[in-house]
Amino acid sequence: MAIELSGVRYRYAGASKAALRSIDLRLEPGCVLGVVGANESGKTTLCLVAGGFAPGVVGGRLEGSARIDGVETTSIPTHALAQHCGLLFQNAATQLSNTTATVFEEVGFGPCNLGLAVPDVIERVWWALKAVGIEDLAPRDPARLSGGQGQLVALASVLALRPPYLILDEPTSELDPAGTALVGDALVRVAAETGAGIVLVEHKTEVLARIADEVIVLAEGSVAIAGPAAAVLRDPILAELGVEPPARVALERDVRAAGLDWPAALAEALA
Amino acid sequence: MSGLERRSDHPAPAASAGANADSGSSGSFSAGNRSTRAGSTQSDPSIARSSVPSVPSSSGRSAAPSIELEGVSFSYPDGTCALENINLRIDPGELVAIVGQNGSGKSTLTRHLNGLLRPTTGRVLLDGRDVRGLHVARLAERVGLAFQNPDRQLFAGRVSAEVAFGPRNLGLRGAELDALVRAALDAVGLSAEAASNPYDLGFSRRKLLSLASVLAMRTPILVLDEPTTGQDARGAARVRAVVAAASEEGRTVIAISHDMRFVAECFRRVVVMRAGRVVLDGTPDVVFGEATWPELRAAYLESPFAALAGARLGLGATPSESSFVAALGQRARNG
Repeated sequence: MAIELSGVRYRYAGASKAALRSIDLRLEPGCVLGVVGANESGKTTLCLVAGGFAPGVVGGRLEGSARIDGVETTSIPTHALAQHCGLLFQNAATQLSNTTATVFEEVGFGPCNLGLAVPDVIERVWWALKAVGIEDLAPRDPARLSGGQGQLVALASVLALRPPYLILDEPTSELDPAGTALVGDALVRVAAETGAGIVLVEHKTEVLARIADEVIVLAEGSVAIAGPAAAVLRDPILAELGVEPPARVALERDVRAAGLDWPAALAEALA
Repeated sequence: MSGLERRSDHPAPAASAGANADSGSSGSFSAGNRSTRAGSTQSDPSIARSSVPSVPSSSGRSAAPSIELEGVSFSYPDGTCALENINLRIDPGELVAIVGQNGSGKSTLTRHLNGLLRPTTGRVLLDGRDVRGLHVARLAERVGLAFQNPDRQLFAGRVSAEVAFGPRNLGLRGAELDALVRAALDAVGLSAEAASNPYDLGFSRRKLLSLASVLAMRTPILVLDEPTTGQDARGAARVRAVVAAASEEGRTVIAISHDMRFVAECFRRVVVMRAGRVVLDGTPDVVFGEATWPELRAAYLESPFAALAGARLGLGATPSESSFVAALGQRARNG
């Protein structure tokens, strides 16, 4: 049981060069795998490939093997993908169905399409809204939300499908610090309670420092480094790879770069 | 005159103040920089309505008008009250960050600055004049807004055409237009993509493109809705450089952000919103200082890590990493 990519190389239709050149990774159920990397390093493409959207929906050419629980994604019909893996797009606004009048219906759209009984749909919708802390938005018009609220609704809509794996492309990019912390906590809880494995693309390395088990760093379509989150996020190579480290790591770096000692009082407070 | 009053706690840079000669107010400013077209044609809305393109020449400094919200309240048609009695005055050349919880009204507020939304009650004033009745296209010459979601903004088939659209509509053609487009693309690091289709770019670069297309308008006021969202370290550094350069030119920069490190490092004034109201307004030192932490928490915000670390060590207000390092160095030198 896992999402496994081995020797994955992927090129978009019509593109001159491969967006992913050499990717090997494994995501176990119940684990959170953080993905960081500079812009254009292949993070979003990795999401599409791991979730079976590429090449299945967007076309292009996949080499190597992308499997969800042992099944090659290329053999899963498009309509069945959502039951294997929930994918949250980077631009959440493009994910809303535009067919519903309230946030409650929007979040229920997916479960309804899974053919669940109405009481089960209702139960899932409240569970998902509660998980991301937006029960108060339930009666609102999805088209009239702020950017961050829309992002939380899109996330709740994916959670409501209760897929065995979640692939989230920058789910907190438009969230305030409190919303970001809430989503982080929610993902940890979802992983623990439902056993979902989560791929989490994030520029906010703070979030990964808090909730990711492992982190991989992408560079030009390949995995540059991989390992336990704490170790990878302190690696000085992050800066060279265009990744901003967590604030406390960055501050310590700046202090040392100025020829000063990192204050012992802070080191203790943070330990 | 109200158009030239300054709040003592938010002094505007002197470089930007001189060019407001035509704001119809104080003669003492008439010795200022009148050579920019912005200074001589833009300040009076009735003059700006003429066919003369109101883009400042690329060599000149932009003359930013002051912008003021006076008792502004706004409700969306579904009844959601997004802004409640906002009183906010931003002087020429100010660097202002607007922060606050999701749904606190930040984007709604910025849409009032360029006339995309009109207040339900209250007034929006440019150089002391009510902008009501002023067409969005006229306001767009003075206030450039880069949306939070670039896909709501981009529509052209080529990156260069996307950037040229704004200034072309302001009447620019030929070499001057090309130069503007090149400079704007260069500023955000997209020169090599001039011939690409915007939708072949990743999200982060579409976001930079939307920034470039607003930069190319050379508006004296620049409003950026979450400019660092989705940017990696290099992209964020580019955004910081764009903000600094615009400020250097005397342009007013107003940015919404959840990125408190960016806010503390790049802005001189921080406006905190909560549930449609302004609850804090001051320098980063003040807003992120220990005394206001309870209010920040009530607005679901937290000071940047450098501020927390500085307070822990008793270094005083150190909202940014650079101020923390400076204060720490000072203490080390003093033993």
